[in-house]
Amino acid sequence: MDMKRDYYEDVQFFSSGVVLFWFLLLLSFLAVLPFLVKNYYIYMANYMAINIIVAVGLNLLVGYTGQISLGHAGFFALGAYGTVILMSKAHFPFLLALPASGLFAALLGFLLGLPALRLEGPYLSIATLGFGLTITQVIGRIEFFGGRQGLHTPDLTIGPWHVESDRDFYYLLMIITVLLVLGARNLIKTKVGRAFIAIRDADIAAETMGVNLTFYKTLAFAVSAFYTGIAGGLFAFVLRFIEPEIFGMMMSIIFLAMVVVGGLGSLFGSIAGACLLSWLDLQLRNILSIPYFGEWLEALSKSYFSITGVSNIQFIVYGLIMVLIMLFEPLGIYGFWIRTKIYWKTWPF
Amino acid sequence: MLDFLQTIVSGVAVGSSYALMGLAMVLIYKTSEVVNFAQGEMALVSCFFTYLVLEYHGFPFYVAFPGALVFSAILGCILEFAVLRRAKEPTILGMIIITIGLEMILMGFVSWKFGADPKTMPFPISPYDSVALGEVFVSSLEVLTFFVALAVMAILFFFLRYSKLGVAMKATQQNNMAARLMGIRTNRILMFTWGISSVVGCLAGLLISPMTMQPYMMWGPMLKGFASAVLGGMTSLPGAVFGAYLIGIIENLFGGYVSIEFKSVVAFAIVVLVLCIKPSGLFARHYVKKV
Repeated sequence: MDMKRDYYEDVQFFSSGVVLFWFLLLLSFLAVLPFLVKNYYIYMANYMAINIIVAVGLNLLVGYTGQISLGHAGFFALGAYGTVILMSKAHFPFLLALPASGLFAALLGFLLGLPALRLEGPYLSIATLGFGLTITQVIGRIEFFGGRQGLHTPDLTIGPWHVESDRDFYYLLMIITVLLVLGARNLIKTKVGRAFIAIRDADIAAETMGVNLTFYKTLAFAVSAFYTGIAGGLFAFVLRFIEPEIFGMMMSIIFLAMVVVGGLGSLFGSIAGACLLSWLDLQLRNILSIPYFGEWLEALSKSYFSITGVSNIQFIVYGLIMVLIMLFEPLGIYGFWIRTKIYWKTWPF
Repeated sequence: MLDFLQTIVSGVAVGSSYALMGLAMVLIYKTSEVVNFAQGEMALVSCFFTYLVLEYHGFPFYVAFPGALVFSAILGCILEFAVLRRAKEPTILGMIIITIGLEMILMGFVSWKFGADPKTMPFPISPYDSVALGEVFVSSLEVLTFFVALAVMAILFFFLRYSKLGVAMKATQQNNMAARLMGIRTNRILMFTWGISSVVGCLAGLLISPMTMQPYMMWGPMLKGFASAVLGGMTSLPGAVFGAYLIGIIENLFGGYVSIEFKSVVAFAIVVLVLCIKPSGLFARHYVKKV
């Protein structure tokens, strides 16, 4: 069905004209979207786009290179704080501050990648987890970073363009997101991406084939941290206010959940997973206002649970999604999509 | 000097509760290679079950505490039977995701039921009484924690060495296939391991609960327990205990003499440093995978 006949078919950017057509259609849909929907949905789209960048970046590390990371909230925080501080204290322009803080996150990702060379499984997960917690703690305790009070983001201007409303920011964000996702797709199609996949599948075999493990493993950490740092810098402008508490352990877990729910080793999956979980996140924040279900839930909470803790249902929903996906469809949404596609392609049989 | 001794003693006391959590995680990791991130929340559910029984239903302590241990054993068995055993083609990452998912579910239910505000556990020993050891003061709760940890270690040691179930557990973790050929139901052994580990975790939770009692209380001790288990090599029970006391003492010394603010992250710094030098922890034999 999807048989590749020669090398160039494997590395070409769009596998067929149909894919290119759908991609252009998606781009034009994204371009007109802000004129069709209400402001809240633009905000939601912004939120999704940021999570897409993180999920794609994390998938490069977890899904393609096979390294576990439970500390990506640390890189996210680095990107957010880096961008805000470079802009407000050093008066960098936004277009310089964002890549600079992304590169700084990448540098720390490289440093984290060094111990990761020798670690795997639980050892790697505790090391990355400790890294994430440490970053948040350090940022929270240093006055220069605003301490516990947090920081307000400065005004965002790019040359003559004053990015003010959610809609303006939407366009900026979409350009960056599309570029980064295409960049990730391109990366996977090159030598680097194939080296990542080889490391995931069998690192010893990859090394004997001439893949430099030290270089490519640290590169995977650095690229992934770069994506997350950029997303963090953009996230600061969505929230307009950052404090250390939001970059906690739970955030790292949710990033990982996005990648896993979407499907490991699939960019489409990361995008779908990020959209699904961010949508759920925003919906579950005011769960009691969902029609019918909310009322039933309120009655249930009053009689058996407590009404003050009702917002914690979002953890139950997340947890259930993670467990059920892992149990029944380990490839996530992407696996589900593949199965559906194959079912319909071969239909009456 | 006295300050120093005092710091060491409270480090040992803190280390005891980490040791219990670490032991619980090592027990599961050894038999099934699953990093159980839900360990803390399993203990949390058992603690709040005890609280519910004591506070709302007015049972006495001598019923409630053994009841909590039985409850936690059943909880561990059920989680293994209903969730972990159902995983198809489990990978390490997949198992981590499943246990993190379980953790979120359990914590979600507890905080939905009880809200986020702190509770006080009615405990027979107040955490504010203290005992004098020479010139050093220790709270009686810390003494109790220390002796419970010692007792658990001794029981686990004798259990794994002399009881039939313990030997079967060791056989399962050494070679699953061979154990099955010798007539051991390895699935059931795994289930019992989860039960036992859940009891050990529940003890840790019950001993922590008089000091703080809210839905996030087990998160810190679980991570520290995990860190100490990793420090000791993740597959070695004495290693986990050693790592826990080491982390407890270093953490307190660091808090006392260097900076109280970064006390909670120093444990992870130690772990990362140790892993840089010995990638499989201090006590586990590092074996290189053959292809």
